[in-house]
Amino acid sequence: MGQSITVTVNGEQRSAEVEPRLLLVHFLREKLRLTGTHIGCDTTHCGACTVLVDGTPVKSCTMLAVQADGQQVTTVEGLLTGGALHPMQAAFKEEHGLQCGFCTPGMMLTSIALLKDNPDPTDDDIRWALSGNICRCTGYMNIVKAVKSAAVQMKAAAAVPAATAAARS
Amino acid sequence: MAVETPLKGNIGDSIKRKEDDRFIRGKGNYLDDISLPGMLHMAINRSPFAHARIKSINTSAAQAVPGVVAVVTGELLAQHKLAWMPTLSGDTQAVLATDKVRFQGQEVACVIANDPYVARDAAALIEVDYDVLQAVVTPQQALEPGAPLIRDEKEGQKDNHIYHWEAGDKAKTDAAFEKADKVVKLDTFYPRCHPSPLETCGIVADVNPATGHATLYMTSQAPHAHRTLFAIVAGLPEQNIRIISPDIGGGFGNKVPIYPGYVVATAASLLIGKPVKWVEDRSDNLISTGFARDFHMSGELALRNDGRMLGLRVKMLSDNGAFYADAQPSKFRAGLFHIVTGSYDLQAAHVETDGAYTNKAPGGVAYRCSFRVTEASYLIERLVESAALEMKMDPTEIRLKNFIKPEQFPYMSATGFEYDSGDYPRAMQVALDKLGYQELRKEQAEKRKKGELMGIGVASFTEVVGAGPGKHYDIVGLRMFDSAELRVHPTGKAILKLGVKSQGQGHETTFAQIVTEELGIPAADVEVQEGDTDNTPYGLGTYASRSTPVGGAATAVVSRKLRDKAKKIAAHLLEASEADIEFDHGKFFVRGSPSKSKTIQDVAFAAYTNLPEGLEAGLEGVTYYDPPNMTYPFGTYLVVVDIDRGTGQVKVRRMVAVDDCGVRINPMVVEGQIHGGLTEGFGIAFMELITFDEEGNCIGSNFTDYLLPTAWETPKFEMGETVTPSPHHPIGAKGVGESATVGSPAAYVNAVIDAVGHLGIRNIDMPVTSDKVWAALNEKGAAE
Repeated sequence: MGQSITVTVNGEQRSAEVEPRLLLVHFLREKLRLTGTHIGCDTTHCGACTVLVDGTPVKSCTMLAVQADGQQVTTVEGLLTGGALHPMQAAFKEEHGLQCGFCTPGMMLTSIALLKDNPDPTDDDIRWALSGNICRCTGYMNIVKAVKSAAVQMKAAAAVPAATAAARS
Repeated sequence: MAVETPLKGNIGDSIKRKEDDRFIRGKGNYLDDISLPGMLHMAINRSPFAHARIKSINTSAAQAVPGVVAVVTGELLAQHKLAWMPTLSGDTQAVLATDKVRFQGQEVACVIANDPYVARDAAALIEVDYDVLQAVVTPQQALEPGAPLIRDEKEGQKDNHIYHWEAGDKAKTDAAFEKADKVVKLDTFYPRCHPSPLETCGIVADVNPATGHATLYMTSQAPHAHRTLFAIVAGLPEQNIRIISPDIGGGFGNKVPIYPGYVVATAASLLIGKPVKWVEDRSDNLISTGFARDFHMSGELALRNDGRMLGLRVKMLSDNGAFYADAQPSKFRAGLFHIVTGSYDLQAAHVETDGAYTNKAPGGVAYRCSFRVTEASYLIERLVESAALEMKMDPTEIRLKNFIKPEQFPYMSATGFEYDSGDYPRAMQVALDKLGYQELRKEQAEKRKKGELMGIGVASFTEVVGAGPGKHYDIVGLRMFDSAELRVHPTGKAILKLGVKSQGQGHETTFAQIVTEELGIPAADVEVQEGDTDNTPYGLGTYASRSTPVGGAATAVVSRKLRDKAKKIAAHLLEASEADIEFDHGKFFVRGSPSKSKTIQDVAFAAYTNLPEGLEAGLEGVTYYDPPNMTYPFGTYLVVVDIDRGTGQVKVRRMVAVDDCGVRINPMVVEGQIHGGLTEGFGIAFMELITFDEEGNCIGSNFTDYLLPTAWETPKFEMGETVTPSPHHPIGAKGVGESATVGSPAAYVNAVIDAVGHLGIRNIDMPVTSDKVWAALNEKGAAE
């Protein structure tokens, strides 16, 4: 019955025998015990289960684990770099972009994907990008602020190596 | 370069939240994250019918599925006297149906299996033979003579009527109406909606058959009260029950009741001897757990020609579903709905309420509100809007004319509430200034000339939150006090243990700040613990905005108790008389010589190492705080909308919220709470609805049908504040978690009515959707 899959999760190759009907979210949560990805609705509406599959936000409650075979999956647990917070994580704390924390991993991952395509988004760009992720606590005001703030931080960080390189040449 | 001193976390400091570090890393510990060795999984077979007699249940196909460990039916539970359980309103509720099903989605049987997928597969294989009965889907239908009897199992129950409850003075109110120049009436329905926290409800029940100890991990807003209820329902010795409420992904009232799934999972764990997990899916949550509102309300306001209100008469019929399971203080049959006189100085008021059983889910929780206060606030604020229209007065003018005046506090209302403090005109003025009200009225007049629809909605709400006092307010007899235990360790670091339980409100930060203010220990050094009944003092839990008013007060009081003891120790260390010791922000010194001082950390160390003769060691204490009164947060919300005559679409252009919740402990957290409430209020006003067809099929059982606001629809909020401290609260705070859900729906709807009132439209029931607005316009020949 089982099907063998190999998924690169947060940079690490993970192989498993899974039932073809196993949802990606259950693969991550139950098989790999990466419980930072949450389940809020089962019907692709709330976005609590959002992960990045090859860099694209995907609601992992609506994707089978076998469909992720051979792909790169990033979950909230993969956002730390050498123990340091991703600028998006830092900004969510700094701007009070979370309350109960249940939607937060999905919100951050969707926002990171947005900034990759659009490093300087307007409020409306952010609100549109996040319209598939529901938050019941914050009213989105501070989430939008957090994403804007992360955008500024990430642009500044991206500019530093360039500036350093320019100074050297 | 100036070095910024980091904030210690005193009251008024917007320090960053301590709990965030785990949440942003995906390291929160929510119910579904808990996995115990050997754990089994439960799935529920639910009724597809709203009202049907159960002829037979065949579980053999389900039992034959490999991996299924047990199938639990009502019959099995009845053998253990667990087929029915008491509700929070003194009624009974079926745990698993034995005789009839009484709402669509009712729990009929449960499968316990070694895998959650297998459990669900098998639950679908349970064959139930039903004899379908006529469903009763409105309370009006329910009370008609000859309506099908829903609760035929209840001795003495001859019809579908549940309760009749009154408040206020009928004769005095009738007399006020006799004298009135004008009577304004509004019939409005506050429809059924659902708190829908993003995390659904669930339990991991771990009963050890050898010791009889039951560890129940539950999504519980009130773990201590739930422990006592479990002891009563299941007959387990209370000392053997430990409820652990882990991180909660939002509650909003939905996690106050005890649900059948909790009881079955616990019973199954006891019978099987292994841990059993049950986590609702979203449909389970929407279709069967604590709904909110469902009040049919009729209000009449008696007025003088100059707009002065003389009296208020209210009739309300509640739809309570199949079991009267409202979460509310036991003496009050419709919660605190009688706060319906709101912010107004009404000398006479009479409120008459009735409840009816229907074939719908039970629950009646207060979705982010204090026991039905939001229905009350909605009715009075909508009624005042109607009065303004009828009297051709500006909605702010009629309010100002009738507000309880600042000098009238403490104010005894006509329905028996003693309002603690308030300054309603000031909050309104701050809001009007922030909005630029007069300019917008001019714009509206210009637009109206051109046939464009623009409206400005006003709501000046008053809440009542923070129950007790215990002598008046109890949940199933348990007095509504709350508790705090503070332990200051030798190194001056502290643990604060609370009887309340955060669901995202930020208690780990804000309650630490109360200790900082009172004892001078930096908030970073105060660890806040909640939610484990073995390790926290007894309390009634977090709902009805009671954490800060009651648990916060307990925290301040216990901190002061410790400060008193610390003074004795400081006197010993400073070789002075205790009477001469002063305390200021964490430092003890002899009056007049502040330079020679001992810090709270010095004193804490001495409490374990160098005590004065005769004083007990340690610096620890516990307080059970019974509030002398409730608190009365208030505010004014203003909403500007534009309406498209062609589609009926309402666009919220602006939303100004001025809140007065007394002293703000952490303004950042307070604002966040208000943002959330304004958004849920927006959802209720325009989107969220659970309704039923005539057969009792639930429409609104998933997020395709039950619409929640996303970042795209949600308005941007403009915030303002006034601060009128509560005179009876130790730090003057009133609680803020629910103000915005209570106050905002009326502001949004009033804005719509303000835009269309001149066409003769007086009411559109929530959710105010485009089709309803267009139909109302069309009826008046005003649609395009």
